[in-house]
Amino acid sequence: MSLLELKDVTKRFGGLQAVGHMTFTVEKGEIFGLIGPNGAGKTTVFNVVNGFYAPTEGEILFKGERIDGLKPYAICRRGLARTFQVVKPLARLTVLENVMVSAFSRTDHRGEASRIALEAIAFTEMEAWRDRTAGSLPLGMRKRLEMARALATKPELLLLDENFAGLNPAEVEKTIAIVRKIHESGVTILIIEHNMRVIMSISQRLLCMCYGERIAQGTPQEVANDPRVIEAYLGAAHA
Amino acid sequence: MSRSVLLPLGGLALLAVVPTVVSNPYVLHMLILCLLWTVLGQSWNLLGGYTGQVSFGHAAFFGIGAYTTGILVKTGMSPAAAWWGLLLGGLAAAGASAVIGWICFRLRGPYFALSVLALAEVLRLVALNWKQLTNGAEGILFIPAFNSKSWYYWIVLALAAVSMALIRLVMHGKLGFYFLAIREDQDCAESLGINATKYKLISLLLSAFFTGVAGSFYMNYMGFIDPGIVFSIHDISVMMILVTMLGGVATTWGPAVGAAIYILMSEVFRTYLKSGHLVFFGLLIIVIIIFFPQGIVGTLRESLQRRKRRLAAPPAGGPLKEAA
Repeated sequence: MSLLELKDVTKRFGGLQAVGHMTFTVEKGEIFGLIGPNGAGKTTVFNVVNGFYAPTEGEILFKGERIDGLKPYAICRRGLARTFQVVKPLARLTVLENVMVSAFSRTDHRGEASRIALEAIAFTEMEAWRDRTAGSLPLGMRKRLEMARALATKPELLLLDENFAGLNPAEVEKTIAIVRKIHESGVTILIIEHNMRVIMSISQRLLCMCYGERIAQGTPQEVANDPRVIEAYLGAAHA
Repeated sequence: MSRSVLLPLGGLALLAVVPTVVSNPYVLHMLILCLLWTVLGQSWNLLGGYTGQVSFGHAAFFGIGAYTTGILVKTGMSPAAAWWGLLLGGLAAAGASAVIGWICFRLRGPYFALSVLALAEVLRLVALNWKQLTNGAEGILFIPAFNSKSWYYWIVLALAAVSMALIRLVMHGKLGFYFLAIREDQDCAESLGINATKYKLISLLLSAFFTGVAGSFYMNYMGFIDPGIVFSIHDISVMMILVTMLGGVATTWGPAVGAAIYILMSEVFRTYLKSGHLVFFGLLIIVIIIFFPQGIVGTLRESLQRRKRRLAAPPAGGPLKEAA
């Protein structure tokens, strides 16, 4: 049984098809990459999987059970967490309080929530920022807070939405190390990323989307050499 | 016991002996109103300040509480000032809030704020016209249970203390974290496992309950209500917002400070300016919003934090550990 399975998932907004007939599976223990040019529908896939949108057609199975149509909070409680491309810090709360909010999805006790949160903060190496309000963090730390918060919900599957965008090279290296560490701790990862060097190096399988449809899938090498992928990114002359 | 428990307890004990020292009924009346408005400010603050769900119509819950007690006493089902009359008033208000919240909290945006405003107006008209039940515009009048104001003072002091302690407790735990998360970003809250509709409703139930209890107390204390008083937009709904803003939204002590200033100001203005007092009260609000947008307690807290940070910061010339 696959951890996550999309069966012929389509999401339309009025007449616009953002995601069309998407079918793929994410196996337990892998890092699965989702790439594609801007506007390809990658974040919409995340929004459908995470429950912000119900798919117009198709089924989504997580651990073998249908989750399409469930609310985001219910999906989160089943063990599927996500980060946001456009970061959503709880601005007036501190970093610790932000992470505690998500830890409360696993416990009702403040002490326990605080313990889980501190663990997630240590895991993402944010200790020095613990008592800063989230609204005062620089972008790199906001992106990392997204990860700490998602981790504190104790997910089995983590959806990372462009956590590398806007980071400087040192931060990129640090974030790669953290993502690897999360993966090694037993969390399966589905990741959207534009930084090709990053995604080629960390993911085991890749799926490339364009205009809402799948155009290629396979190992990073296979996808990178696929003429349709090259055409989507660079134009037909290069394919 | 820690300082954060001992200080308020000491303050409470001090406040509790006030009626044995002060016998002037006018002063006691002012203090009772301050405490009543503290309860009202707290209630609004829980929902509007901490949970971010602004209500323009909390008079609906105040009026339901007041009329519940009024009708119970009028029909002879309850003696005046029976403790369970206060409780029933709160429960009736919470029940009404559950209906409106259950409908409105599925939606985002101003629907709740506006629906509850409409609810208060509808209830005012119902109270005005359902004469068998409410006496209509004549209002409900009964003889208050206690001659001395001291008893009312102690009851409303207990109400204020209990509501403040309970809200403190709530804000310290999981519920509080969830309320704040919903206020900051509802999408984010939901993706972190929070059923926003449910927790907004819990916040509303608590808020409406205490507002209803305060309404019941008002009926018992004043001995007279009519629809125009207890369902009033400008005297109850808007004042609950202003008292909270004046003192400081989303602060523990803000509503109490706001209530004290509001009662004091309205007495002073009413005495010296007669019917012009509303104009000056309006001006005061404008000044507060421009110069102290965080309210009095909020502004004080911020400047205290800033000073603490300055004191904690290493002296100019670089971090301490480099010097060592």
